[in-house]
Formats: sequence, C-alpha cells, structure tokens
Amino acid sequence: MKTAAYICGGCGIGERLDTGRLAAIAQREGKMDLVRQHPFLCSTEGVQSIRDDIEKESATHLTIAACSRRAKSEAFSFPGTALARANLREGVIWVRPATDEARETTQEMADDHVRMGCAEVKRMLVPAGNPEAGKNRRILVVGGGISGLTAAIETANTGYEAVIVEKSARLGGWAAELHRRVPDREPFRDPVDTGVAALVDAVSKNPLIRIHLNATLAKTSGAPGRFTAMVATAGGEIAEEVGAIVQATGFTPYDATRLTEFSYGKSPDIVDQAGLEALARKADGAGIRRPSDGGEIRTVVFVQCAGQRDDSGSHLPYCSGFCCATSIKQAMYFKDANPAVDTVVIYTDLRVPGNGEDFYRSAQSKGVTFTKGKVSSVEPDGTVRFRDLILDEEAAIGADLVVLATGQVPNSGVDIDQPEAGNASGAKPISILNLDYRQGKDLPQLRHGFADSHFICFPYETRRTGIYTAGPVRRPMDIAQAAEDATGAALKAIQAVENAQLGRAAHPRSGDLSFPIVRLDGCTQCKRCTVECPFGAIDEDAKGYPVFNESRCRRCGTCMGACPVRVISFENYSVDSVAAQIKAVEIPDETEEKPRILILACENDALPALDMAGAQRLSYSAFVRVVPVRCLGSVNASWITDAINGGYDGVMMMGCKHGDDYQCHFVKGSELAAYRMSKVDDTLKQMALETERVASYEVAITDIERLPILINEYAKTIERIGLSPMKGFA
Amino acid sequence: MNAYEGSFLNEVEARVEEGEWVKMCMQCGVCAGSCPFGEHWEHSPQKIFMMIRAGKREEVLTSDAMWMCTSCYNCVVRCPRELPITQIMHGLATYAERLGLAPKMQPTRRFSLAFWDNCTRTGRVNELRLVLSVYFRNGFAAGLREFWNMRRIGIGLLLAKRMNPFELFFPHKCEDRDGIQRMLKKAYEIEDRKRGFSK
Repeated sequence: MKTAAYICGGCGIGERLDTGRLAAIAQREGKMDLVRQHPFLCSTEGVQSIRDDIEKESATHLTIAACSRRAKSEAFSFPGTALARANLREGVIWVRPATDEARETTQEMADDHVRMGCAEVKRMLVPAGNPEAGKNRRILVVGGGISGLTAAIETANTGYEAVIVEKSARLGGWAAELHRRVPDREPFRDPVDTGVAALVDAVSKNPLIRIHLNATLAKTSGAPGRFTAMVATAGGEIAEEVGAIVQATGFTPYDATRLTEFSYGKSPDIVDQAGLEALARKADGAGIRRPSDGGEIRTVVFVQCAGQRDDSGSHLPYCSGFCCATSIKQAMYFKDANPAVDTVVIYTDLRVPGNGEDFYRSAQSKGVTFTKGKVSSVEPDGTVRFRDLILDEEAAIGADLVVLATGQVPNSGVDIDQPEAGNASGAKPISILNLDYRQGKDLPQLRHGFADSHFICFPYETRRTGIYTAGPVRRPMDIAQAAEDATGAALKAIQAVENAQLGRAAHPRSGDLSFPIVRLDGCTQCKRCTVECPFGAIDEDAKGYPVFNESRCRRCGTCMGACPVRVISFENYSVDSVAAQIKAVEIPDETEEKPRILILACENDALPALDMAGAQRLSYSAFVRVVPVRCLGSVNASWITDAINGGYDGVMMMGCKHGDDYQCHFVKGSELAAYRMSKVDDTLKQMALETERVASYEVAITDIERLPILINEYAKTIERIGLSPMKGFA
Repeated sequence: MNAYEGSFLNEVEARVEEGEWVKMCMQCGVCAGSCPFGEHWEHSPQKIFMMIRAGKREEVLTSDAMWMCTSCYNCVVRCPRELPITQIMHGLATYAERLGLAPKMQPTRRFSLAFWDNCTRTGRVNELRLVLSVYFRNGFAAGLREFWNMRRIGIGLLLAKRMNPFELFFPHKCEDRDGIQRMLKKAYEIEDRKRGFSK
C-alpha cells in the first residue's frame, strides 16, 4: 500500500482555505506517503499528475481533497486503486460564509475533512471483483401472456436467448381470451384486433426463444448470471441454466362469486368482463344474444368498480385501472353491432389512462350512456339499483345483460411473510418461483399481494436481484402498459446478466466491484444478517453460518449494520473505514466551546441534498462533520458508541423515508435503521446522557432548503443541552 | 323503469338545437361551478344534461334553468369537452316553449317573448315600447308605480335626447317590413321541418 493525498486549490478552495496547512495535516497526521497540492486538480494536467503517481510512484490508495465525491467522478476515476474524497467544496467552502469571523471554524472543518479522507483510504482495499461471477446470459421468462411474450421477443430482438415457462397449454394468456382490445394507436376510436396471434407466432418462430408449455418451476436456485431453474413438465424435470429472470405471471380476475349483492352466479345474464369477452367471441361481430334464453339484448348495464375500491375491507381496496376502458370497449361491441342497443356504464370515477380519453369520447359519440352513480345491488332478474350521484337520488334500470367490472388479483405466489395466508380472492396461492432462498420461495410483496418494486426510481427491480417483474404482477395494468413494462423488465434483465458477468453490482450501486466479506471465525450464528438482508442475498449453511451470494448482493451494507460482532465488511466500505473517519476528527477541549456534531448521511438522497445546499450557497453550522454512508441500514451501532465515547456532542442520522411508501433505495435499510436506533435512547440514558444526542431524520433529495435549517436547529439544541461530558477520555 | 335508456336523449338530439352535444358531457361540473347565476336557478347545466340522460323529460322541460342563462359564455369557455353549453340551454328553452311546457310566469321567459314580438313586428327594436311593456306586465296600477319610480332616469334620458317620446306613436320601421316577415316565416318553416314540428 502506498498512499497519496492531493489538495486541490481550484473553485475558490485556494482563496478560502490555507491549503498549505491542509497539506501539512495530510503529511503529519494523515501520514500519507505522497502529498501534492494543485491549483486545478481536475484539469487534464492535474489528472495526469495523479496518473503519473500511480504509474511511477506506484500509489495505490488516493485521497483527493477537492469537491464532493458526486462531482468530477469521471475525471477522478482510477480503476485498480482505492479512492477517498475529502469534500472541501460542497461540504466546506460553499456552506460557510466568506467572512473573517467564519474563517477559523471553516478552516477547522476542512482540516477534519482531510483527516477523515486520509484515515478512510488507509482502511480501504482495492476491490478484487466477484469471484463467483456467473457467465450465463439467457433470460428466463415466467408466464406466456402479453407481458411474458413481449419480454421474450424484446430479449430475442436484442440478441439474447429467452426461455418461456408457461403453466397452461397455450401462449397468449388473458389477452388471447379477448374478442378485441382497447386501441393502442391513433385514432383511438374503435376496438382493435388483440394482435396476440401475431405475437405468439413471432415468438414461436424465433430461434432464440425456447418454450415450455404445461410447465411450472419446481425449484429456482443460484444468483444473477448463474440461476438454475428446474422446469417441471409432463415429461419430467428439465434444468434450464439462465442468467436472469423476468416474472410475468399476470393476474387472476377477482372472484365475482364473492359479490353476492350483485347476484353473480344466480343468473347467466349477469357476467363479469371475462364472461362478456367469451360471449363476444362467440357472436364474432354479430349481435350478442342473451345467455339465458338466446333472446335479443336491448339494454346492457356495466357496473364499474365491482368489488374494487372497496373501503369496507371485504373486497379489493384498489383501482385496477384497466376496467373503465374495457367496459367502454365492451359497450362498443353492442353499439357497433346495433346502435339501437342501450348501453349504460355506471361509474363513480371514470379512469382511462393513456390515450383513453379519446376512446371515452368516441364511446360517447357512439351513444354509450355514462351515468355517475354507485350501484347498491343487482337483482337476479337484471334490475340494477344505484344511487345517481349527480341527481343525488336512488334509481334503477332493468337490464337484459349486466356486466360486472371486477379487478385484477396478482399471481405473485406465496407471501413470504405469511406463507399460509390466502390472496384477495380467498384462494391459497401456490409458489411460482420456488426459490431455494433462505428468506422464502417467492418475491417479497408490498401491499395487496403485488410484488414489491421501487415505484419511484426502479419500478422493475424486485427485492431479489436478477429477478424482474413485469405486468399486472407488479401493479394492476392494461395490455399497453404491460407491453411497455415487459420491455423495460427485459432490458433490466439484460443489464443484470451483463453486470453479473463482470462481477459488478446492479443498481443503485451499479458498477461497484466490492462485495461483503465475512470473517466466519468471529460469527456467532445470530442470523441477523440472513434475516435482515432486504434482497435475500444471504443463505445459511447447515451450521447456521451465513453463506453470501455475491451476485445477489446490492452492496447496501445492511448486513454490516446488523452484525453485532462486526465481522461483515466490504473491501472499500467497512465498520473500520467509517470508524476511522469518526475517530480522525479532532475534538476540541470543552473550554473551547466548539461542539462537534457527526452527520451520518445516506449517499443516495441526503448527501446529494447536502451537496445541492452547498451549490445554492446555503450555509450551515461549521461544527458538523458529514460522513456519507451507503444506506442508513449499514450504520453499525458501534459507530454511534465510537462517536459518543470520542466526545462528539451529537449525532444526526439522515436517511430516506420508510414505510409503505418508502423512498429508501435499498427498500428496507432506513426502516431497519429506524428500528435499531429506537433502542439507542435507553443506552444514552444509561450513560447519563441526553436522548437528544442521537437524532434520526427522514430526508428526501428535494430537502435542499430544509437540511441547513435542520442542522442549525440541531446545533442550537446542542448549545441548549450543553457540550458532552465525554470529552477527553478517548 | 328504464329511464336511463336513451329515449329522451334521442329526442333532445333530434329536436333541440345543438342537442347532439349533450351525450358528450363528461359530468365534470366545471359549468356548474363557473355559472355566475349558479345559486339562482333550479338545475345547473351539468344536472340538466344528467337529467336528460336519466330520461326526466318533464322535469327538464319545465325547469327554469335555461331561462336564467344570461349568455355570459363562461361555461362554454371553460368546458373541457368544448360543449356549446349556452347554445344548448337556449335550444332547450326554445324547445320547451314550443311544446308549451316552459314555466308561464318565469320573468325572463316573458321578457324574451316581449322582445321577440317587439322586434319582429317592425323589424326594429322599439326600446320605448319594450320598456313600457315590461313595466305594465303585471297590470296598469303596478305599471304606473314602476313608471313613477323610474321618472328621474326617464327625464334624464329626455333631456339628454336619448329618448324620443314620439317613438311611442310613430315607431321607426324597416324599409321592407313585409320582406322581413316573409323571411321569418320561411325560417320558421325550415326549422319546423328540421325539428319535426310541421305535419
């Protein structure tokens, strides 16, 4: 290991700070082998000087004291070296006023950043890459409906092989049951051909796509780049080696027999939307006849939100999003065949996403009647009773045929948190993927049985690396949305296999070559890491020791934060590397009345927000020292102890929002951190310290103006409760 | 029973001016919220359109709503579906009047009839006669009282030469009064044929 420190004087750093003093600190306290100053480090010449040191002086560990690690990351990219960045620009000079009074405290801030950068880099190892990288580039698509077929054909069109596993005897899924589909292109006026036959044909003829019909997954094991799927077929089990998986298992219509108030099942003239499609396919353009007696249909009533958007708790609580457009399409089946048929759509809110507004207008001009109302009951004789919400009165229509718009229940397999629970229709689900993961057989779910995905930033990502969801298994959607979804998921799957080959992490730390290393001789088999990993990356061996699957790991460090004996670390991010930064900060004597506040800031949201606060020149207290962390989930309680014992006066933890509408990039990290930190108060009380000394904040990337206020308020709180009595012992 | 079937809607489409637009209403309520007269009438345009769809023929045609429209066009400007709401309301008023269902004593209906009678008689609006017919609509005594109440404005108009009392006896007329009458007669015929009133 040969260390080198570079102090940049550009962007005003040279004018605002004593860079000579910073260089001296790197030399004497940081004990760096080489210390260089440069007036403009990110210039070609500056970067070349670093390259020269790497080549001629064989420097391996670099500390660059310049701007934030989020800036100039391309210029300061030196593969094969360990790199630490001391944030003198966004973290120091930009958040401090350029006044004579502020000069001293600002310089102290910069001094500490250099100390931290030097301490960190010496604890880092050059990441060697993933030793278990798999090379398989095939994509397994589970489900042969619109989503699955689209995922497969898009995969093949990109030049990758795809394998489809379909449970039923034919491809096409629900879309193949439709008479026509809602239009997906101009002029959005009439129902159009589903296109399923053409898609099935294209998939069947594609040499890159292999199809298993009447097949399920008996077992799925492995990791991105090296999954093994045991496909159970009539002729026995076939092992398919694949690199990534797209789960496009779609939905099941909500069980309409549960809608007793709508008399489904009591009369053949009360059907759900799937039932009407079957009637329309049978009629094939001619007038649809009444199922009970084959009689003429003069009035059809469509009941929207049947068993949906239900706040009583007995039916689906959500809107399935596709059913309004479907009812509009089905009303057109009647109007197009015979304009004299009365078609009444009773809705509470008509929701037609995409270009559905044009389609809705087209139905209105064809004479479909839309009535804003809430249906209370449907009698077996076809009488629909409802409250007219515009005229505010009870009303009734006698219909020859009633169509119930029921919703989508996702086919997401077993809820791994409650494996015995039934789904929304009351059926007990069976596992789809049959993963042999320690945490359960299927993908983790968020709400209402839909597979968890990071809705804001990474919609196709699930909580199982290398397995992507597409279509209604992820959220309710129509054909057009499912096709788009499947394309996105296929491309993410391709990214995953390519990253896996190179031993790199998937998002959000894409490209990271580090992976968790566990010192098993210190492990107490407490299983916290295997339980808490948000991505199910860690299995257990027979003795209960953790078995890491590096390719499944997202590098969040939640296991590192969980480990009570601190035996888990990454090459470039460890309990030691952060602890060293915390300890490197100089804690002034109590008499100097200069508190020190540690900020552990999530690098995904809190750190960019702090950087942007700097870019906007919003100033905050000079007493804070910011240490970026990969996720609050990676915060090990020992860091808090280190900080308090070391004489820090307070600790601010800044992470993402958690809960059902979480924004945590690692899904569970900030939630676990909040849970762990809820127990810190007792520890503080035992140490006779104020509970205010450790504070947690939920921060979003947009909190640019809020963060300086939070920091200054916290600094005032510390002033109020006084300096820590723990100074001078460390 | 089957009120929501489209029979009255079909009638409106066929027989009311701009009636074919009613089915395009998406019940957002922007017209109801935009109307400056909103609280003074029985039904908003949104409700009228819904009542048409619900087959409430009697209630729609006897409503005072369309007679209260001041043609400010706020609803037309704001309607996201670009419906000619003002025109539809006037169309409904005309239709109700022709069927004899319009509320007889509704003040704006009576003014509208007086105005039409006044301007079609000579081909020009005679303001003095129009105003007097409004004053005396509720009888001679009430007319005199109203006349007395407005005397200052009347005298002011006289002095400013904005009102000529001789117009009461020798009104201005169009040059070809018969031509105007013939033109209107023809228009009535065409309209009757179009809306199904002629036999």
